Amino acid sequence: MRYAMAVDTKKCVGCSDCVVACQTENKVPVGYCRDWIVEVTDGTYPQLEMEIRSERCNHCENAPCVRCCPTGASHFAEGGIVLVTPNQCIGCGACIASCPYDARFPHPDGHVDKCTFCIHRIKNGLKPACAAVCPTKCIYFGDLDDPNSEVSVILKKRKSKTLIPEAGTVPHLYFLI
Amino acid sequence: MTNRRDFIRITAYGAGAFAMSGGFLQAVKAFSSPEKSGALKVDLTRTPTYCEICFWKCAGWVYKSEDGKIWKIIGNDEDQHCNGRFCPRGTGGIGMYADEDRLKTPLIRTGERGKQVFREAGWDEALEYIASRMKTIKANHGAESLALFTHGSGSSYFTPLLKAFGSENIAEPSYAQCRGPRDDAFLWTFGEEVYSPEITDIRDTKCLVLIGSHIGENMHNGQVQEMSDAIDKGATIITVDPRFSTAAGKSKYWLPIKPSTDIALLLSWIHEIIYNEYYDKKYVERYCLGFEQLREHVKTFTPEWAYGITTLAPDLIRKTAREMADASPAVIVHPGRHVTWYGDDTQRTRAIAILNALLGSWGRRGGFYRPVRITLPSHPMPEFPVPGKTWTDLFPGQYGAATGVVSNAMIDASIPGNNPGYPIKGWIVNGTNLINTIPNQANTLNAIQNLDLLVAIDTMPAEITGWADVVLPECTYLERYDTLRTGPHRKPAIALRMPATEPLYDSKPGYWIARELSKKLGLENYFPYEKQEEILDWQLKQIGSSLDEMKKTGVKTFEREADDLYYAPDEEVAFATDSGKIELYSAAFEGLGFDPLPKYTPHEEPPDGFYRLIYGRAPMHTFGRTANNAYLTDLMDENTVWINPKIAKIWDLANDQYIWLQNQDGVTSEFPIKVRITERIRWDSVYMVHGFGHAQKQMKRCYGRGASDTQLITRALVDPLMGGTGMRGNFVTIVTEKAEKEVAS
Amino acid sequence: MREEIIVSGRMNPMVDPHLQIWHWQIPLYLFLGGLAAGILFFAALFYINGKEKDNPAAVKLAPFLTPILLIFGLIALFFDLRHKAFFWQLYTNIKLQSPMSWGAWTLMVITPVSFIWCALHIKELLPKWDWKYDWLKALETFFNRYKKALAWVMLIYSVILGIYTGILLSAFNARPLWNTSILGPLFLASGMSAGAAAILILSRSKEEKRRFAIIDLIIIGIELFLIVHMFMGFLASTQVQIEAARLFLGGPYTMSFWIFVVIIGMIVPAVLEILELRKFHVPAVVAAILVLFGSVMLRFIIVYAGQASRWLY
Repeated sequence: MRYAMAVDTKKCVGCSDCVVACQTENKVPVGYCRDWIVEVTDGTYPQLEMEIRSERCNHCENAPCVRCCPTGASHFAEGGIVLVTPNQCIGCGACIASCPYDARFPHPDGHVDKCTFCIHRIKNGLKPACAAVCPTKCIYFGDLDDPNSEVSVILKKRKSKTLIPEAGTVPHLYFLI
Repeated sequence: MTNRRDFIRITAYGAGAFAMSGGFLQAVKAFSSPEKSGALKVDLTRTPTYCEICFWKCAGWVYKSEDGKIWKIIGNDEDQHCNGRFCPRGTGGIGMYADEDRLKTPLIRTGERGKQVFREAGWDEALEYIASRMKTIKANHGAESLALFTHGSGSSYFTPLLKAFGSENIAEPSYAQCRGPRDDAFLWTFGEEVYSPEITDIRDTKCLVLIGSHIGENMHNGQVQEMSDAIDKGATIITVDPRFSTAAGKSKYWLPIKPSTDIALLLSWIHEIIYNEYYDKKYVERYCLGFEQLREHVKTFTPEWAYGITTLAPDLIRKTAREMADASPAVIVHPGRHVTWYGDDTQRTRAIAILNALLGSWGRRGGFYRPVRITLPSHPMPEFPVPGKTWTDLFPGQYGAATGVVSNAMIDASIPGNNPGYPIKGWIVNGTNLINTIPNQANTLNAIQNLDLLVAIDTMPAEITGWADVVLPECTYLERYDTLRTGPHRKPAIALRMPATEPLYDSKPGYWIARELSKKLGLENYFPYEKQEEILDWQLKQIGSSLDEMKKTGVKTFEREADDLYYAPDEEVAFATDSGKIELYSAAFEGLGFDPLPKYTPHEEPPDGFYRLIYGRAPMHTFGRTANNAYLTDLMDENTVWINPKIAKIWDLANDQYIWLQNQDGVTSEFPIKVRITERIRWDSVYMVHGFGHAQKQMKRCYGRGASDTQLITRALVDPLMGGTGMRGNFVTIVTEKAEKEVAS
Repeated sequence: MREEIIVSGRMNPMVDPHLQIWHWQIPLYLFLGGLAAGILFFAALFYINGKEKDNPAAVKLAPFLTPILLIFGLIALFFDLRHKAFFWQLYTNIKLQSPMSWGAWTLMVITPVSFIWCALHIKELLPKWDWKYDWLKALETFFNRYKKALAWVMLIYSVILGIYTGILLSAFNARPLWNTSILGPLFLASGMSAGAAAILILSRSKEEKRRFAIIDLIIIGIELFLIVHMFMGFLASTQVQIEAARLFLGGPYTMSFWIFVVIIGMIVPAVLEILELRKFHVPAVVAAILVLFGSVMLRFIIVYAGQASRWLY
């Protein structure tokens, strides 16, 4: 099982609902976030193009954060989801520095925090909070090993990219372009 | 049971995360690692609500944690408004409830108006104070001299209160400051308005034309969702906007129009569609009136003619007209929502209505569907007294085509120097921050200073509460019942809002406030029930449901009585216009002394060194209603002024630099605003998001963050047809260093 | 024009607008570790090759600093931790791929070794020292018997520690400035140089001083070579590494790096040491202090600048 997410940049309007939904679902303290929105505009008025992306932890297959963690707090859970076990984390910050996407942050409680793909919801057959709330339905989630999963189907149908593939992390967060 | 215990542990962890910061003690707490936790489905109590952050009123569920605290709000899957998906503002709605800056107790002014010197008062005292002033106004000037400005659910209670008192001067700024011209234009053309939620059948459209309408930046939930569906289905989107809006970024055609020239574009589209015989001939013949006059009227409005005005290439105009025709009738030329731009807005939206009629999209799949709604029986109540005068007597002969109450007319009538037919002496303001809603703040403040009574009823302190004589703290929508939502949609449906929790502080539901005030005025027979839920239960039982059922389902959707979402192929339709037809040519307008067909008239252009001030929305805010919401300020805590790189170069501006804006009347923004240098805006305009630059210090998170466009909109271009205040006729220049604070006049 | 903005989210403290997760603690920890490694390396080296008599400061005196340095280093590391109560997790896990884990375990070995080394030499420092208990005396005898083996352990672990201080950073692919394998040897060399400087300060023997001045000069030469090599590597690499190098070549860290690290921390002390060797009377202590200063600055600047370097996307 390999969980993955695909965000359709052609549909995403950058409303940031994914950000708040994550904050409330996971009780991320106000002032912190596990996901965010990037907007890229190219060109000169009026020849313009825009791409909007909802970004978060890439749940990399070759995750530098898991590798550099001295205690095993950062680990792969089922389906390749990269997680932090708070009571194993010493808060050394190595994983934060190791992430090319800056997707991790120090939780005010001391441990490191990040996107969990809402594993507590997945286990109950629900989608991650961001995917479930998105008004444009631009976030697809599922198992890459299941050819019929939402994410496998859309990745087959559409062109996609990952972020900083040259960093060699093998991300599981795709962007449909 | 293990699952349940695990769940308790995560919530304890989450709650701790809110309250505490790092350190040893917290660290020793037993954390449950999220991946080890199991189910969190069933054991939560959830209560239904519908959202009050904007007018879309999506129905959802409020979830609470085991500790009884509100945890999250999630859309109701059965709800047509949201399909189980709330927008960021709705999702962040718990921030409104949890806001520590909320109004907490009734306040009575003790100092000069606007100086914000208040004393805390009990409800009884505050209501007594209001009732006695109301009685004085009635005795001295008549009941009509009391006006209500309202927005949102509160109008369901304060409207009957005002009517019972004897006044029908009840205005929603959402009419004359927002959607009024559109509603009137469609009413006068099709005999029907486009409603809220709009009856645009976007999910099945093949071509969506947006004229200044920035779906995606306005989070009108259902429309955003359906636009996304339309993108998936390969619909063509055509966006007309001087700004490269988010929607423009999703469009096949973006028409970067010169601001204020939209009517010229619309007329040339009409020209193209008529003279190339693209229009739906059967539809026009069967349903429309005045085609020949229209044909004659647009004869010279060629794309070349429009090019000179709009700066849009004729070829682009032709191609887009063709796209619309190809999609017809599954095409929507979107009527927009906030359409008070240049003072000829009714005529512009008339042109949009005409275009839709020509394309045969009204009443057709992929165009505009026929809505249905449930009419709830209202409980028997005494008749309201008939007021001697209404708002039309304030300035007789003005705004003849208006179908709503013009809020700015009531404000103008509060200023004695304007010689109104009779004076407005008291305002009750509920859920609308008039200072930042109505253009020309100086005029509004002048009106306020001439009042005998100003009551503000709201959940948050705002500029308007600072000017009030009495401030009443309403509890938020998560803490109260409200009337059932029965908004029009594809299927008839109702939605329930019930309290998820007790009101915080000494805040009270709007129903309670209105009823208690009615007692002080001897009007309690208009509010026969002590508790609103008794009325709701009675109403629900009349339609075969009950409060208990609705508490479990939140939403109840009924089937349509007939299969009439769209017109049947040869259906005879009786339109609710004078002629019973779609009036392309408006004899009614002609009779009122207005143009029967839309005309293009040039508007003033920005002088040298000035730029047209364009404003709009951000998806994460609903103006004052969300300005101080901790979740939403997290997403966006100030607005920026969008400036084209060419202009930034002239002024030597850098990104993130703070500047002030000064308008054509010499008004400078009170607070500085951050520069965003972007290609997304034309060189003749600047853009900012409305609803920032709050001057109310009690809103600690948003005070002084960004600039207020309303402050710079001192000139309103009033629509002679219906009184709408066009707000896009203001020009600003850039001030990089503000002189020492000028004395406020 | 290309405009890339974060619309919302990403206001996480210490991560946004750019990474600032590591403050003074980590560079100090790296410096103290490197310095201790340098000292212990020379102590072990000169003991093993039988030159302890000629190098009393290196073998016997300077190592007394190392337990203190290492403990302060550990304290600094502890201060960096944000979830301190779980510190012990470092020592219930061995993670071979994690430099942080390597460092924790290396310190776990080398810190006791440094204590033992000091214990074996304490009588030479304080002639009246008495171990009081027989079992302590027995332990002393035991370690004296295997002192050579101990020295080998110390030699190997001091090199591991010295390299580790650089590897900790260079393992981060995400920070292009750090992501060069030169950083391991560079930090090792810098630690050795600092160790030599510390010995130079403590030494009373002219011969030993002269020897360490020469050693230091050679190491400074190596460091300069490594620095040039590092920049050549960056500039011949991808755009992100070119951007990283630009932090020091015209970017915000240019002045501090070239002035504090290279000129004051390497070139000036090298010149002073050459003058000293050429029999000019220059206080060697000045050169040694400048080397130590340069070694501290190198870590601080690399740690801070590295956090400002990132992938472009």
